[in-house]
Amino acid sequence: MLILTCPCCGVTGEETEFHQGGEAHLKRFGPGASDDEFHTYMFAKENPKGVHFERWRHNNGCGKWFHAARDTVTLEVYGTYPAQTLEPPKEIRDAITAKRPGWTWREFA
Amino acid sequence: MKHYSAFAVAREALRYHMGWERAWASPEPKKKYDVIIVGAGGHGLATAYYLGKNFGITNVAILEKGWLGGGNTGRNTTIIRSNYLQDPSAAIYEKSRSLYETLSQDFNYNVMYSPRGVIMLAQTEHEVRGYQRTAHANALQGVTTEFISPQRVKEIVPIINLDGPRYPVLGGLWQARAGTARHDAVAWGYARACSAMGMDIIQKCEVTGISREGSKVTGVTTNRGDIACDKLGLVVAGHSGHLADMAGFRLPIESVALQALVSEPIKPCMDCVVMANTVHGYMSQSDKGEMVIGGGTDGYNNYTQRGSFHHAEETVRALVETFPMVARLKMLRQWGGIVDVTGDRSPILSKTPVEGIFINAGWGTGGFKAIPGSGCGFAELMAKGHSPLCDEFGLDRFYQGRFIDESVAAGVAH
Repeated sequence: MLILTCPCCGVTGEETEFHQGGEAHLKRFGPGASDDEFHTYMFAKENPKGVHFERWRHNNGCGKWFHAARDTVTLEVYGTYPAQTLEPPKEIRDAITAKRPGWTWREFA
Repeated sequence: MKHYSAFAVAREALRYHMGWERAWASPEPKKKYDVIIVGAGGHGLATAYYLGKNFGITNVAILEKGWLGGGNTGRNTTIIRSNYLQDPSAAIYEKSRSLYETLSQDFNYNVMYSPRGVIMLAQTEHEVRGYQRTAHANALQGVTTEFISPQRVKEIVPIINLDGPRYPVLGGLWQARAGTARHDAVAWGYARACSAMGMDIIQKCEVTGISREGSKVTGVTTNRGDIACDKLGLVVAGHSGHLADMAGFRLPIESVALQALVSEPIKPCMDCVVMANTVHGYMSQSDKGEMVIGGGTDGYNNYTQRGSFHHAEETVRALVETFPMVARLKMLRQWGGIVDVTGDRSPILSKTPVEGIFINAGWGTGGFKAIPGSGCGFAELMAKGHSPLCDEFGLDRFYQGRFIDESVAAGVAH
């Protein structure tokens, strides 16, 4: 069972208290975008075997959205951080590099 | 390859069973094949089988990183049914179900297909309307199903509790010719038949890279050397995204763990399959007497082949409500498989952006029932470039917004 800490209210809880909301750090495309851009944004998933950045919502708690870095193979949670960020903070990236050297995620690594 | 028959059993009984051959060969990989299939699970082996049987293509290798049938083929709850809402789904699943009827005779290997019937319980007014709609759709599609009353449900499944604490049973969608089969035997039977046609099944051979020349595939890199091919079929379920990444494209797929569990064996108490989608659990009884139980997928993508504990708890809770007599059963085993889920809960049987690479994926939580139909259609797609069974399931449907939406129709694991 995952143990997550909500960066908004500070509560640490089991995964049943939260709900996952898909990939994080998506670049959104809307009107005026090409079909390819919109398709990639809408459907193409990273679905990595390893480091995954994702959105979570503290459903049975403060109700706020936040981001988490998690490993899809070991289920280790590398850390959670506010949703109002464009990329994961340095300490989380360092924690990931310590466990999975050479990891990548779209434009940042 | 020797023919399996009652006579063969009698003959071997008289000579200490020393005459049985290995069911399939384990050759070293050749340098080049016409077709390479990655993934020796049910769908991969079935694809190879129908490539040989229907199209005469036998210079085929089936590569498997683990052991044959050790992925989702060996991890599912063996349910076979075809009561889908959308026309393309009903077509391929019904083709599959009808092939299951004669599969044992077809490749001379007993897959123990048991058309014991499947009931999907309707436990809300919404579900009643949904399943009545499906029954009407099935009538138009030529799939025999009917919507039955709670009393009829009780006649078919005496151990059911019609007025459970949360959701009473208001009816059910009954498909009498649906049922179960022995999952391992399906993989073994196809493997034996492929091997007999001269195809190479290469186990413990992990694909680590895909080679291209321009936009065309030329072969694969594996832990047992480079192997060239003209056409490459990726049939790897949960790891489809991983292989697509090697080939240089992304898929509308997320991989999730789906778990199942079985109880200790008990005397026969239920001779059909019951699915309760509102409370989230389904159950059948194996020939050994174990209650085979399945439930929901994990809430986040992962590759753990384990499954969240609280999902097992939810599933068991749902089944105790529906079948009070199982409350004191001990569970023997629990396991998980990695299922590849698409946005519309329908599979992808398609060409890809790389010429020569075809993908068969996205069966999500319901791939076992589709094995023969999927193999039959996908083989045609690989051999001829298109197939009436597969054309609707192309990757281009996500560009075109032409979804085959089974997520609303099925709701849960299917």
